[in-house]
Amino acid sequence: MAETNNVGLTKADYRGAPTTLCAGCGHNSINNQIMAAAYELDLLPENVLKFSGIGCSSKSPTYFMGRSFGFNSLHGRMPAVATGGLFGDHRLKAIAMSGDGDTSNIGMGHFKHVIRRNLPLVYIVANNGVYGLTKGQFSATAELGLRLKSQGENLYMPIDIVLEALASSATFVARSFAGDAAQVKELVKAAFSHDGISVLDIISPCVTFNNRDESHHSYSWGKQHREMIHDFNFIPKEQEITVEDGFEEGSVQQVTMHDGSKVVLQKLDRDYDPYDRINAIKTVQEANQKDILLTGLIFVDTSSKSLIDLYELPEDRALNRMQQEELRPPKGMLDLINAQMF
Amino acid sequence: MSGIQEKIKGNGSIEKLANDFSMTVATVNGSGSQTSNLTLQRAFFKMGIPVSGKNLFPSNIQGLPTWYTIRVNKNGYTARSETHQIVVAMNPATIQEDLAKVEPGGAFYYADHIRVDLNREDISIYPMPAKELAKDSGAPPKLRDYVANMVYVGVLSQMLEIDMSMIRSAIEYHFSGKQTPIDLNMGVIDKAYQWAAENLEKTDPFYVEPLNLTDGYVMADGNTAAALGAIFGGVQFCAWYPITPASTLAESLGAYIGGLRDDLVDGGKSYAIVQAEDELSAIGMSIGAGWAGLRAMTSTSGPGLSLMTEFVGLAYYSEIPVVIWDVQRVGPSTGLPTRTAQGDLTQVYFLGHGDTQHIILFPSSVTECFEFGWKALDIAEQVQTPVFVLTDLDLGMNHWMSEKYQYPEVDMDRGKVLWEEDFENFAKKFGKQWGRYLDVDGDAITYRTLPGNKMPGAAYFARGTGHDEYAAYTEDPVDWEVNMLRLKKKFKTALKYTPKPELIGSGKAEIGIIGYGSTEMAILETIDYLREEGIEVDFLRLRSLPLHEEVIQFIEEKNLIFVPELNRDGQLWQILNMEYPTGCGKMKSLPKHDGLPLSAAWLTKAILDMEGK
Repeated sequence: MAETNNVGLTKADYRGAPTTLCAGCGHNSINNQIMAAAYELDLLPENVLKFSGIGCSSKSPTYFMGRSFGFNSLHGRMPAVATGGLFGDHRLKAIAMSGDGDTSNIGMGHFKHVIRRNLPLVYIVANNGVYGLTKGQFSATAELGLRLKSQGENLYMPIDIVLEALASSATFVARSFAGDAAQVKELVKAAFSHDGISVLDIISPCVTFNNRDESHHSYSWGKQHREMIHDFNFIPKEQEITVEDGFEEGSVQQVTMHDGSKVVLQKLDRDYDPYDRINAIKTVQEANQKDILLTGLIFVDTSSKSLIDLYELPEDRALNRMQQEELRPPKGMLDLINAQMF
Repeated sequence: MSGIQEKIKGNGSIEKLANDFSMTVATVNGSGSQTSNLTLQRAFFKMGIPVSGKNLFPSNIQGLPTWYTIRVNKNGYTARSETHQIVVAMNPATIQEDLAKVEPGGAFYYADHIRVDLNREDISIYPMPAKELAKDSGAPPKLRDYVANMVYVGVLSQMLEIDMSMIRSAIEYHFSGKQTPIDLNMGVIDKAYQWAAENLEKTDPFYVEPLNLTDGYVMADGNTAAALGAIFGGVQFCAWYPITPASTLAESLGAYIGGLRDDLVDGGKSYAIVQAEDELSAIGMSIGAGWAGLRAMTSTSGPGLSLMTEFVGLAYYSEIPVVIWDVQRVGPSTGLPTRTAQGDLTQVYFLGHGDTQHIILFPSSVTECFEFGWKALDIAEQVQTPVFVLTDLDLGMNHWMSEKYQYPEVDMDRGKVLWEEDFENFAKKFGKQWGRYLDVDGDAITYRTLPGNKMPGAAYFARGTGHDEYAAYTEDPVDWEVNMLRLKKKFKTALKYTPKPELIGSGKAEIGIIGYGSTEMAILETIDYLREEGIEVDFLRLRSLPLHEEVIQFIEEKNLIFVPELNRDGQLWQILNMEYPTGCGKMKSLPKHDGLPLSAAWLTKAILDMEGK
């Protein structure tokens, strides 16, 4: 008898179709952590929507949570589809898989606008600095001077997804590394508990086109250069935080998420306040300059209203369940209009 | 309109000519003249006289010439007239050319502070002390230009014998009963009226008298009507991006939907309207909402449509209902953003790469904009595909008199949707496991489930990539071809739901006209003029694509068919020839593409020329 979670589902209930991504692709490891996070959070797959654009990353939603509705849309345009899609039933959770090309090249405009609208969406960028499906061209997150087999040298400055998100008023910004499964899972859990946009920039190496040791998106570079900004733990709302968990007083900071769950941040080498946007930008910039891959919850704001909140929808009713009685005004209203239209 | 001169009798007295003139007001844009023009137009309408108003405006905020033409016609002709019996000149920059426009025997009113060479002796000329009266009105200086435009309302009221109570009710309507602006404007109008009575002697024949030909009609613009129609059609989501001449459609939606719909639902709203960051996003959001089971729409014009192309192909192939209003303007490129055209037809019919074809509806009146406002939402869900509604700047933004809006005669039809219970019963009913693209009814329209459906197995992964009947990814050649052929068949099934063409005439004439959209009024007027020349014509007004059998039949029955439309290449004519090549030789294209609404004078001449008359 397989183990079940609190909604009576097994881990298998969170699986999708078998992956067709390359063996060793960072995206597979992210997908695994999404499934594990959803299982541990007791999410019903039927209550989760999946969205993606085009690219290797965007194929991913096929490979997790097959019982969830999903929409694999257009290159760079996923944020638009997700925005409209979530209004169908705003009580559902939503997760989006995008890539560095999908987000920071063709989709940069939509990325920034979905952030400023604060759509309640877990927005994961599986970031490998390279186009996979079209065979190894530079993406906008590729570092200056990167050399790729068929492309030569990258001549342009990279775009930093985290900095772009911070500048666009994102309410939850994190960076992680596909090689750190535990951290990815905890961040995904926290992101699902956030009521607003949560941007997760996850360095996810492309083993086929961009995994040479010196590449900033490779496994070995990530392992050598990452530095956790703090130790990160997600505590579900039912669970108490105890001393036995090993949290030392004075060195932890608690963030209470919208649904009552908590994120516990334990101090490591530096003092870091995740509520301070300006400091976040400065810290990330400095880390970038020193070739440090800074991971963890970089910024959070739990007080801003989400896009859905701004539209005053009925709390417990889905728009897509409404029928004629609630949608078509009575004839008397039209008579009134006819009388008023001069 | 010929023979104005005959109305002036030998002894110099004037025989009055009632309810038949076209009046053009020349002003500077941004000076508030629209209020004055609408006041006159509404007063005529309230007097029961058929009337139309067409605004010829620049793509500019303030300071460039603009002309507003009001046509008053006892026969109900409200298409654009090419002649100007009355011209009101308020713009120094254009006054000389405005003077030249007046038809011989007509009347020229002008603000007397403007320098002009009054070089016409064949018309009546009336100076108006607009500046002086505006100054005397007590209006604050910044409002004086605006108030000066009310002077011509007062002067014309006196000279044309407009019922002043109708002017007052038009002003009260415009200012929603707010006393201060009503008093200010009526004060100027009354003064100007008084001044004209004391100082001007009427020497032209044009005036108005009450009729009862506007009962049962409203006066409105197509964009507002479209928005209202969508509200009565239960629209739940609209994402849009500002573009002339479509912006007022989504803006009207926002302005009216709360008052009409909020009382129907407890605890919150039943809709969301989002101004998107661009047209890509506007259509993308609308498609996301359509996929999620909301009645979704967007509105745009040519350039926006081009940006929406990729998404429209996605919606066609993944079979997502969405309504797209294209309020056409003149292209290609930025073109003439404030002028009218029917130039997007062939693009829309096939919008998207690969093999795509779309349902298009053609409203020809404000009333039909309302009707298609709700009907398009039904059709989109019935057929599970994008539905386009093609209007244009003339129909969308100008004020037309049109029959009162008709309440939808049928209930909303949400198409083939499976909620939990339906999903459970599906296998029993059809003897098969449900597949998103599995055609169990044989009409090529399949059953869809919607996000939020809690039945395990009801979810599917929508995609623009190749998919099989169960929505799974496939590159199988047979799967691809079978699915594309089903979509082609579905396009034929659509004919069950789309509005049929309307035949105007006995059906027995040998000559036909096929037209669509905003050209209807000019075509109807033309038919009367042709009859005077001894030519009988039947008119088939197209209301949708794909073509209904009735269109083919019409082409077969006629010896000669004219296809007038507002574009360069005869786009409907091309489609007719393509869909029914047998009829090629007898269909004559009559394209007109000067950015102006079609006129009966032009169309009549074009047809008579072709007929060798």
